Amino acid sequence: MTLLQVAKLGKSYDSQTQVLKDVSFTVEAGEFVSVIGPSGAGKSTLLRCINRMVEINHGKILFDERDVGSLKKKDLRKLRTDIGMVFQHYNLVPRLTVIENVLHGRFGYKNTVQGVLGRFTEEEKEQAFYLLDKLGIAEHAYKRCDQLSGGQQQRVGICRALIQDPKLILCDEPIASLDPNSSTVIMDHLQSITKELGITCIVNLHQVEVAQSYSDRIIGLRKGEVVFDGRSALLLEEQINHIYGTKQRELITV
Amino acid sequence: MKEKTIRKSRWMTTIAFIIIIGVTYFSAVITDFNFIEGALTFPAAISWIASNLWITAETWERLPAILTKLNETIFMSIAATTLAAVISLFLGLMGSQTTKVNNIFSVIARFIASFSRNIPVVAWSLILLISFGQNSLTGFLALFVGTLGFLTRAFIETIDEAGHSAVEALQATGATYSHIVSKAVLPQSLPQMLSWILFMIETNIRSATLVGILTGTGIGYTFDMYYKSLNYNAVALVTFTIVITVIIIELISNRIRKVIL
Ligand SMILES: Nc1ncnc2c1ncn2[C@@H]1O[C@H](COP(=O)(O)OP(=O)(O)OP(=O)(O)O)[C@@H](O)[C@H]1O
Ligand SMILES: [Mg+2]
Repeated sequence: MTLLQVAKLGKSYDSQTQVLKDVSFTVEAGEFVSVIGPSGAGKSTLLRCINRMVEINHGKILFDERDVGSLKKKDLRKLRTDIGMVFQHYNLVPRLTVIENVLHGRFGYKNTVQGVLGRFTEEEKEQAFYLLDKLGIAEHAYKRCDQLSGGQQQRVGICRALIQDPKLILCDEPIASLDPNSSTVIMDHLQSITKELGITCIVNLHQVEVAQSYSDRIIGLRKGEVVFDGRSALLLEEQINHIYGTKQRELITV
Repeated sequence: MKEKTIRKSRWMTTIAFIIIIGVTYFSAVITDFNFIEGALTFPAAISWIASNLWITAETWERLPAILTKLNETIFMSIAATTLAAVISLFLGLMGSQTTKVNNIFSVIARFIASFSRNIPVVAWSLILLISFGQNSLTGFLALFVGTLGFLTRAFIETIDEAGHSAVEALQATGATYSHIVSKAVLPQSLPQMLSWILFMIETNIRSATLVGILTGTGIGYTFDMYYKSLNYNAVALVTFTIVITVIIIELISNRIRKVIL
């Protein structure tokens, strides 16, 4: 089943530079897709178009049979509850506790009064603890987030996305600020989310090797255009050079 | 390398010192201020203070009356600060890059902030004196307007500093504006905001004395009255109570700060 369909997507922040040009691809439900490309290629912009954190200029995005670009405010909220997002810098509220930050993922389902008063059901709280336990940080549930390590904070971020009960999770360089060990932990968790829970993942990555070893499929972006789209095994030296340009490629691996 | 930088910074200190002396000298020349004459009046002034500004036994009888006025002043300062804080919170949310709802409100909030902040409280009381006359409303409004500007500016900066990242994350979950403000922006910035409010209460109790002299209310009025009737002993007592109050308020707010930050 096709979950996401991006057709001839174009995006520019100002009239001079076209950040995304004619981007087209589809993502099946349950796929784990990595997006790679040099800095400034438009990877973050692409993810933000999918849940319309930025407006779409040209083309069309269909998510779960909804036309993302034309949704009105209420339907856009509904769309966003179906799409979780994980960030490079975790984007938690540092002064609040882990459990509070996880429950933030439920706001999409709440009306104003319920949300402002912080009314969460027992099931929601149980689910939050279940997820924290699953990601191995249940013991930190009542700690303030700014007391946690980067890897632990990222796991809180993942819990916050999971409690939304999403169909798709967008990850914008989830391991770019982490050491190799924490990176492995995070990538393993993301993989098991797709494998066990059947949630589709689209992950922006800097490290080609990581993308190759974890994803079913890789999309290569260069200057806002898709220059590679295929199974990980098909991404060879030649294609990598084409995505990054031969010289930059050497700089990145060293 | 390291020694070089130290020597360089020493040079900088010397140059800065010479410049300061030069500037001081020139401003003295321009304003006709004579250091030696100025210094000579010191002993006389101090001996006047020592002989006149004494709290004598009989002035203590005036204490209850003074304390009532002081109370009035303290409560006026707190009331003006709190009311200003509530409105500043709204203006701060409108003015901050992270939480603004549109550019027009943002510009208005920033304009109010700089307009009311850049006019000193004393000037405000003189301006308001013309339209409202000598009463406590004038004093209240003068403190209120100055505080409004200062707190709005401080709140905008506090919210901006708290950062956009959590706001972005909550927008992506489908949270509404009120969810984001009440559950992400405020929890993160509230301690800093409270700290600013406490600071303004302290400042306002100090300025309230001066504003009171101008508008004829509160402890400032008492001060002015004793001063004009040449009752310097009572003036000393008033000054003493103000100093004690300010110190106590400062101690209390430092304690509160320690707990919340
Ligand atoms: N909010 C914005 N306003 C204006 N221009 C932007 C904005 N966000 C991104 N851009 C521009 O769009 C281009 C693509 O940026 P984007 O962040 O999508 O790239 P990226 O592939 O994610 O890069 P990186 O690997 O460095 O994160 C860049 O040239 C950037 O300057
Ligand atoms: Mg990016």
